[in-house]
Amino acid sequence: MKTKKAFFLVPYLAWIILFVILPILLILWYSFTDSSHSFTLSNYVTFFKNGTFLKMMINSFWYAFLITLITLLISYPAAYFLTKMKNQQLWLLLIILPTWINLLLKAYAFIGILGNNGLVNKFLHLFGIGPVNILFTDFAFIFVATYIEIPFMILPIFNAIKEISPAVIQASEDLGASKWQTFRYVLWPLSRPGVESGVQAIFIPSLSLFMLTRLIGGNKVITLGTAIEEYFMTTMNWNMGATIGVVLIVLMILVMLLTNKKTKRKKVNL
Amino acid sequence: MKKIIIAIGAILLACLGLAFWAHQLEKPAAAGNGQNLIIYNWGDYLDPQLVKKFEKQTGYHVVYETFDSNEAMYTKIKQGGTAYDLTIPSEYMVTKMRKAHLLDQLDKKEIPNMKYIGKSFLHKSFDQNNDYSVPYFWGTLGIVYNDKFVKKGAIKNWNDLWSKKYRNQILLVDSARDAMGISLVSLGYSMNTTSSLRLRLAQTKLDSLGTNIKAIISDEMKMYMIQNEAAIGLTWSGEAHEMMENNPHLHYIVPEQGSNLWFDNFVIPKTAKNKKAALQFINFMLKPENAAQNAEYVGYATPNIKAQHLLPKRVREDKQFYPDEKTLRNLQVFKDLGPKKTQEYNDLFLEFKMYAR
Repeated sequence: MKTKKAFFLVPYLAWIILFVILPILLILWYSFTDSSHSFTLSNYVTFFKNGTFLKMMINSFWYAFLITLITLLISYPAAYFLTKMKNQQLWLLLIILPTWINLLLKAYAFIGILGNNGLVNKFLHLFGIGPVNILFTDFAFIFVATYIEIPFMILPIFNAIKEISPAVIQASEDLGASKWQTFRYVLWPLSRPGVESGVQAIFIPSLSLFMLTRLIGGNKVITLGTAIEEYFMTTMNWNMGATIGVVLIVLMILVMLLTNKKTKRKKVNL
Repeated sequence: MKKIIIAIGAILLACLGLAFWAHQLEKPAAAGNGQNLIIYNWGDYLDPQLVKKFEKQTGYHVVYETFDSNEAMYTKIKQGGTAYDLTIPSEYMVTKMRKAHLLDQLDKKEIPNMKYIGKSFLHKSFDQNNDYSVPYFWGTLGIVYNDKFVKKGAIKNWNDLWSKKYRNQILLVDSARDAMGISLVSLGYSMNTTSSLRLRLAQTKLDSLGTNIKAIISDEMKMYMIQNEAAIGLTWSGEAHEMMENNPHLHYIVPEQGSNLWFDNFVIPKTAKNKKAALQFINFMLKPENAAQNAEYVGYATPNIKAQHLLPKRVREDKQFYPDEKTLRNLQVFKDLGPKKTQEYNDLFLEFKMYAR
């Protein structure tokens, strides 16, 4: 029986080793070597001594934070009301629908909407407000990124809230808790696992959104993703590129740890 | 359970069938059996009718494969396992490929039509004796402007771009060498400057252009300029040509002060299987009437002087794409500066992108 189990494990193990562990080891190896393949720490020294990289790191973090926060603020109420709706399946479908469309197409659609001759500016023109520069601004970047991430936030929160028995909410109201108290002490803690997985699903990819920084941000929004692309594709300095990659991976692991820790503590409290 | 097995079986069969079919389609490319000529070129960069003509004349079967960046092409050829007989890199990539021993020397006796190529397009720094490369098309780096927003003749020099009038109006090409090059030329330095101090100065000057820059993009610039999204675009002549075909309000100028002169060149990789056919093809393409036909199809400027004369007057005398001698003399070809300096250019450009807004 045991050997049989091991036999079925082989393809999965092979997959993980080939496509997860080996690539990460390769990135690590590149980041600790120079172009002549000898060991060096200079890539990391450059990264942390160079103000540009640090600023880029802070930039990435800041934009990812803003995107996640705004997405959460929009998605939580939406998910909550969704659980109260009649035709939940239909509404859910409508929310998921945009994710079936290719990201690039959505970005191009937004270029058409936000551009100087786009829908928004045509609408503003009706009121005599003449072309406002929307495309290639921080606002446009965060707006489009938020739009794209919203479904990934709504779904886990929706599931988490749906799992809460209505009896718990009723009990809280029966015992005289105000609406705010019910939310603060009952709904929020119970739906928190959903929020956490939503935050993870959005914050981590947002750290390296580089297609949007180019198409919607016009390369005026610079994150670590832009730098990685430059080092791998343009200058072919894979060692430095890998170093930035490692920093990004470490950042992501940190975010994972931070969000997971809270879940554990909360479970103890319950 | 049975149904699932049947379904899996059907999918596997379909996959095998498709794989076999794909293999059949790819076969000519992989084989190179002496009767094939495999060309590896940029997309839509060769008149297909000329390919047919060549096939008819010589009996070779031409396989046409495409790439979309010099780097992608370089990586593919360097990895090996390919049998491209002919490819068309830009000038800096010719140097790089030569240094990496990926190129074969051209047997110039086999290319008598090389005599039609203008003297100003030969013996450039990237290949002093044209031992490895023959220029295919050439072009410049310049300014595209939209006469709806910018008066004709208002921009003549690179320095005009720094004017406060163009706040948030300029699209800049996302290329470190070109962007830094513009700044270097405007300061009167060479586009191949290696002095760190001068590069710093150029970056500082570029930084002060920051408020005028609307976005730093590459391929999408075509779309924006065609849609009147921005007044000015800094890009290559080939791109500019495509924009102008789609929007009559656009014009292209190359500042007399100097700019970049780029070349795309025929080269034969070491891995080629059918060098004879490749040489024949180069010679065929250099024939004035073929070169002219190709230039009309692609729209780029041909270095073939005889072919230039065969082009319609409107094209031939278009100063935008065939600049006069005086401007030509001030154009500079990029040199391969080696990985260290290339990195410096790119780092400075990245810093510019970070701070200039």
